[in-house]
Amino acid sequence: MNYLKIILNGITKENPTFVLMLGMCPTLATTTSAINGLSMGLATMFVLICSNIVISLIKNLTPDMVRIPVFIVVIASFVTLLQMIMQAYLPDIYASLGLFIPLIVVNCIILGRAEAFAAKNGPVESLMDGVGIGLGFTIGLTLLGICREFFGAGSIFGFTLLPETYNILLFVLPPGAFITLGFLVAIVNNLKKA
Amino acid sequence: MEYLLIFISAIFVNNIILAQFLGICPFLGVSQKVNTSLGMSAAVAFVMTLATIVTYLVQYYILNPLGLGYLQTIAFILVIAALVQMVEIILKKVSPALYQALGIFLPLITTNCAVLGVAILVIQKDYSLLQSVVYAFSTAIGFGLALTVFAGIREQMALVKIPRGMQGTAIVLVTAGLLSLAFMGFSGVDGGLKNLFGLN
Repeated sequence: MNYLKIILNGITKENPTFVLMLGMCPTLATTTSAINGLSMGLATMFVLICSNIVISLIKNLTPDMVRIPVFIVVIASFVTLLQMIMQAYLPDIYASLGLFIPLIVVNCIILGRAEAFAAKNGPVESLMDGVGIGLGFTIGLTLLGICREFFGAGSIFGFTLLPETYNILLFVLPPGAFITLGFLVAIVNNLKKA
Repeated sequence: MEYLLIFISAIFVNNIILAQFLGICPFLGVSQKVNTSLGMSAAVAFVMTLATIVTYLVQYYILNPLGLGYLQTIAFILVIAALVQMVEIILKKVSPALYQALGIFLPLITTNCAVLGVAILVIQKDYSLLQSVVYAFSTAIGFGLALTVFAGIREQMALVKIPRGMQGTAIVLVTAGLLSLAFMGFSGVDGGLKNLFGLN
């Protein structure tokens, strides 16, 4: 029951995209289509879960002074692992996400959760927190990707829904990312108050 | 001419924040006042140029000869983190005044993805060392320009009444979108310059 609460907390109350506003760079850059948003979310979730578990296991072994560098090395190792796996098995997605896979290292969500949660809780709770926050991030990115792909290219996950004449190219371009996310955040704000 | 092209393209056409989405966190976080955003921009310009030089040398003189290319991500982030620490210590000793002005921004820069992003981009683009330095410095100026212009807009926006749901981050994001739209007006300028200089 408690574990379920940790997971739900990451999706709703501490949703990284709409509430905490963390990890904005990949959120805005990789959501040109629903599939890109989904895969970026899953990639981040993988690193988040692995680093959360490892950090909660080694938290008592690391001196406080070198805590942050140790965390960064752990995160960077998992990112390198992810890069290798994706290059081998998912070269297309790796190419379309490009620079933003190595940049998961500096994604503030991961270091933030390491500091705020994994360094204070046991491995099982940290795993659940990783799943929750990771899911929250994935849902946020996929939602943003769906909106941008629908308005910009008239399709969702590659299935065409609208003829080309109704496409608004702006939504796929950089300004569309900012504007779509702005309106999604406004909708979430209103839902929260209701 | 080639360097001028890199310079203009990095500032206006492929602006690091508004077109490439790197360094969004400081862009949204430290853009409430023009003064703080100027401080942040100066700190970023300094660290970004220095970090690009060091990571460039690490890549071509340590990682590549040893066949350790896959360690790029780990090596770069460690170099940047160490560099930021060092800059902080040196500044504290050599120029306390500058440290006072830039100090609080320095720790934030380690997790600024623009610094790591530029270090990796320079390697991906196969730039020479001098090209890399020009690119890093002009990218930092582009970062500063976007940050400062945006801070100016936000200072004005603080005086305006905003609908309830749009308050906070929502209106900031939409404003950033409009600024990004404005910067899109520069697209194609680099291509035109290329033709003008006969680099095609």
